[in-house]
Amino acid sequence: MDDKQRIRLGVDIGGTFTDVVLEVPDQQSTRQYSSKVLTTYAAPENAIIDGMQQVCCKAGIIPSQIDQIIHGTTLATNALIERKGAKTALITTQGFRDVIEMRTESRFEQYDLNLTLPEPLLPRQRRYTVEERMGASGDVLIPLQRADVETVVKAIIEAGYESVAVGLLHSYLNDSHERLVREVLAEQAPEVMVSLSSEVSPQMREYERFNTVVANAYIKPLMKSYLSRLERRLRDEKVGCAVFLMHSGGGIISIESAAEFPVRLVESGPAGGAVFAANIAARYGLDKVLSFDMGGTTAKICLINKQTPKTSRVFEVARTYRFKKGSGMPISIPVIDMVEIGAGGGSLAHVDSMRQIRVGPESAGSEPGPACYNRGGEKPAVTDADLVLGKLDPNGFAGGSINLNIENANTALTVELGHKLNMDALTAAYGLVEVVDENMANAARVHAVENGEDLTEFTMIAFGGAAPLHAGRLCEKLGINRLLIPSGAGVGSAIGFLRASFSFEANRSVFMRLSEFDSCQVKLLFENLASEATEFVRDCDQNSTVLAEYKVYMRYSGQGWEIPVSLTEAQANEPHQETFKRLFETQYTALFGRPVDGMDIEITVWAVNATTPPDQVAKIGECTKGQLANVSAVRDLFEPALAEIKKAKVVNRHDMSNGDYVQGPAAITEEETTIIVPSSRLAIKQPDGCIYIVRQ
Amino acid sequence: MKTNSVVKQVMWNRLISVVEEQAQALIRTAFSTSVREAGDLSAGVYDAQGRMLAQAVTGTPGHVNAMAASVAHFIRRIGIDNMFEGDVYLTNDPWEGTGHLHDITVVSPSFVNGKLIGFFASTSHVVDIGGRGFGADAASVYEEGLYIPIMKLIDKGEVDQPFVHLLRGNVREPEQVVGDIFALVTCNGIGHKRLVEMMSEFGLSDLQEIAEFILHNSKQATLERIAVACQNRVKNEAVASMTIDGYDTPITLVARLSIEENKVLCDFAGSSNLDKKGINVPLVYTQAYACYALKCAIAPTVPNNAASLAPFEITAPKNCILNALHPAPVALRHVVGQLIPDTVYNALDQLLPKTVPAEGSSTLCNFQVSLRPSPELENKERACHGEVLTFNSGGAGARPTKDGLSATAFPSGVMTMPVEATEHAGPIIIWRKELRPDSGGLGKYRGGLGQYMEVGAMAGHEFDFQAMFDRVEHPARGRQGGGDGAATKIERSNGKVMRGKGKQFVPNGQRVMLAFPGGAGYGDVDKRDTDLIRQDFAKGYISKKAAIDQYGLSLDQVEKIEQALIKGELG
Repeated sequence: MDDKQRIRLGVDIGGTFTDVVLEVPDQQSTRQYSSKVLTTYAAPENAIIDGMQQVCCKAGIIPSQIDQIIHGTTLATNALIERKGAKTALITTQGFRDVIEMRTESRFEQYDLNLTLPEPLLPRQRRYTVEERMGASGDVLIPLQRADVETVVKAIIEAGYESVAVGLLHSYLNDSHERLVREVLAEQAPEVMVSLSSEVSPQMREYERFNTVVANAYIKPLMKSYLSRLERRLRDEKVGCAVFLMHSGGGIISIESAAEFPVRLVESGPAGGAVFAANIAARYGLDKVLSFDMGGTTAKICLINKQTPKTSRVFEVARTYRFKKGSGMPISIPVIDMVEIGAGGGSLAHVDSMRQIRVGPESAGSEPGPACYNRGGEKPAVTDADLVLGKLDPNGFAGGSINLNIENANTALTVELGHKLNMDALTAAYGLVEVVDENMANAARVHAVENGEDLTEFTMIAFGGAAPLHAGRLCEKLGINRLLIPSGAGVGSAIGFLRASFSFEANRSVFMRLSEFDSCQVKLLFENLASEATEFVRDCDQNSTVLAEYKVYMRYSGQGWEIPVSLTEAQANEPHQETFKRLFETQYTALFGRPVDGMDIEITVWAVNATTPPDQVAKIGECTKGQLANVSAVRDLFEPALAEIKKAKVVNRHDMSNGDYVQGPAAITEEETTIIVPSSRLAIKQPDGCIYIVRQ
Repeated sequence: MKTNSVVKQVMWNRLISVVEEQAQALIRTAFSTSVREAGDLSAGVYDAQGRMLAQAVTGTPGHVNAMAASVAHFIRRIGIDNMFEGDVYLTNDPWEGTGHLHDITVVSPSFVNGKLIGFFASTSHVVDIGGRGFGADAASVYEEGLYIPIMKLIDKGEVDQPFVHLLRGNVREPEQVVGDIFALVTCNGIGHKRLVEMMSEFGLSDLQEIAEFILHNSKQATLERIAVACQNRVKNEAVASMTIDGYDTPITLVARLSIEENKVLCDFAGSSNLDKKGINVPLVYTQAYACYALKCAIAPTVPNNAASLAPFEITAPKNCILNALHPAPVALRHVVGQLIPDTVYNALDQLLPKTVPAEGSSTLCNFQVSLRPSPELENKERACHGEVLTFNSGGAGARPTKDGLSATAFPSGVMTMPVEATEHAGPIIIWRKELRPDSGGLGKYRGGLGQYMEVGAMAGHEFDFQAMFDRVEHPARGRQGGGDGAATKIERSNGKVMRGKGKQFVPNGQRVMLAFPGGAGYGDVDKRDTDLIRQDFAKGYISKKAAIDQYGLSLDQVEKIEQALIKGELG
């Protein structure tokens, strides 16, 4: 049975809401049902069961009919941010006890004399050392004595740890010492959970690797217990199907792999959003897409080339200082590469010492919420400014469930910004949204340049509650001509889970200069990685074809930043030095303008991603404009690009038929949100429900 | 409606983002480890008069003022009439660039519609510039490497090939040095491209209006902060000094500081004379670190530009160690330069109490090793050579309300390199790199801990160890009753004491044992919160002996903590 005939459930546990999406195949098409339930922190599985029952009810099926559940969750991320993990110890190489505490030895904010650095996940007394040492070519410099391990394990048992991380120097090249530690632990303390850095994150750079294995060990007991409770609750509900987990890299893994490597679940929700956008990109045949996901507290931006979200090998979680780079902890696992900034509907504004308006990352959250929610919020949030500028209808917000109070919004804007800057509330609102839009645009620009991309050729796909209000202006700022706003944008991540393939990336740090290229070693390396990755995928799906994608990270010897270079299966199986050189130089030139002559080139990381084939996406032709859409009203809307109030047409999204169009300025309303169409843009309804907004 | 003000705010943000992009492009394409791993670079945008409008925040306070001043030198030397579209200029003049020959500054004029509207400048530290190599041992700047006066690298799109040829012939790693210079050209080009996009989006034909807005606002904000400091100061003027190791003889730095209504004056008269070795500091670098220290304490949130830097007036008498003139040797100007903030803070503490930290290790604990096979190596196939440079930090000084940061760079902002990456760069083995207990100065707030390192070579190799340390004889001193930080220690594994500066031989089989200094404490140790003392002991930041003898815990208290640790009850 392929996915087309299965009843599938996608579940995304977010910070505020648990989103559930059910897809039921029909004769011709697939029916989709969704629901949003408040996340139940104490027992997150409860919200899942509630949401599942709601969508089953809507669809007229019973839970036992569900064939497959794909699940993503922010629980792993939250446990790291809130430091609510297990009692965990680290065993590391003698002389290197403080690697996770000394970090990069730098300050992420240069001008703050009272800067506080984030505490390491494990305090110093929970970090133990053993005498041993691997060299930089994987050779044993000091052998590890079993007796030494036993002494440490004894101390660990006495101190009552639930989980142990093992991180030894150069273990990505030779894992035998780490395995010996596990062996002794398994023998003498079988109840203690163990994580090895050579398995969790077999990559060079000890700070990132140790931190990653510590994070994995720290959340392992919690996630293992949650996942087994979930399985039990589902069984109680007579749901017998398999449950799979979305991972940070945008693929799906088995519940057993997830319990073993829970750190791979970090940021799985946003990864689902990127897969959702990639799927829409495939539907429209778009090769260059910028996904823009804006919710209540943050905005996430991701580059999607050729319908594949950009991935990275390291990212930072739990930033402690205004989302500033370096203020969190690095996790090195395969991950969809996103920039996240503190800009959402609830982000609060203030005036700084430079008399400049600053927005975020502090957020009003859902309680008290923005001032206009009338729940005691007194500071102006982005939503307040959106309301004052006419982007939101005070009576139509969240399907009419919250009446927005414009007076409160005006007061908050005037008191916090207007008085200090000699502006009226409208100008303050204008300033506020321009600042937040500019922040997001700058984040997108820097992300693009880091990846050598020029955004003007891109199409933006926008989703999340606040994105449709800001996406049009963002496109103006970024010089992006085409924007797509899909339907179901509010539960985009959960839909994305249902579009993801089973996949697993295996990688290794092995340094090789092209001048010393060893094709036998390369062949063997790729074979090992491919079988490791394939095995993981096979665990999830016995029958499907498994595709392998080969990638190496290369740079000129002496550079510090590698660029990813993709290889075909044939190029990986019959590796030639010249092929690698040619592929690298082409890629380097595309990014930075010119190759550097006469320099040796080196490969640092080798990766194989095994994946089941992606869903066959029915391509739809882009629909050109047909009828003028039915305009239900006209309202005042402030246009930042023109710095003036315009009369905007109001159109109900559900009244629009395929090809119906409206020229900006316009507001396209729906239950969950409002799409703002600037004067410079034209909006056309597409056959799949997307609104296509194009520059005139 | 005050539309203009909103749009200008947006444009200012955008300019800052433009220079951040410029800096990112440089990191991505650079070769030198100090640029790409450690962040030793800078990037900025200037108006047509050469006034700096925005600068990327990178790891180098040392480039702050130097960068701000350098474009003016280029305008003066090249001449506006001699500047054309497609030109790119460069220099490594220590006095008109950023303080030593290893820093190359590249300046690109920005032309829009045929009109010169501004400049982009960027600087990075190259792996080699010829001469004696990176170290303090030269007697004059002539021995320190190739000097490149301000000149055109690219003339109307045409690269000066004879110059590139000459450069290649004079440096040890020609490919990397030339690669780094073109990375600078590339990053300025990316800045220019973004600037043109921004100008077209906002319909600008030049930068004058936005420049005035930025400079006016920055000046106002800086002056407001200085006025507040002026109001809060407890006396008008203060003089302070600090003595440090130097190369062969100790050096004294003296700062005379006063805060006025609209400016801050800092003069270094009374400081030691020039040193014979390459640890002298050109004035631009002195100004940068003095100004950085003052900005952190007085106006930390105002971005760096011509106007926000102008109210800080930094002077030093000619040919004292902090205003070294040509041809004084200056290669390791950072060793002394990074100790300037401590000196300035010693004076500022008298004017604005409870504002600045105690003295710290301050100078980066950097060293370079040159490894080679030793004559007795039997298996010649495993022989290799290597040049390895590492960046490391001691402890920072305690703050008026917080402990000092352990093993963290201040005032420099650079990063260390991963040990695993360093060991791939040559036959070096780092046997130890971890915190140094008991090295933080005592106090109500404890100084940051220094760190231990042990450095050796692969079996059968020997090496020269190029030390660049200070605070061997002169550890960081406590403030307001706080204790001193521990001093730097350096010796061979056979117990032979080594010097804090200069090149020293280490034979096969021996290691260099390093103990990097701690930061000093702040306030009386009697006033330290007992809970903090208990935690420090539990974490092993202080030893049992120190906990009892110096911090006053009872034996009983200490043993309770030890018991709790065994049972895993703390943390």
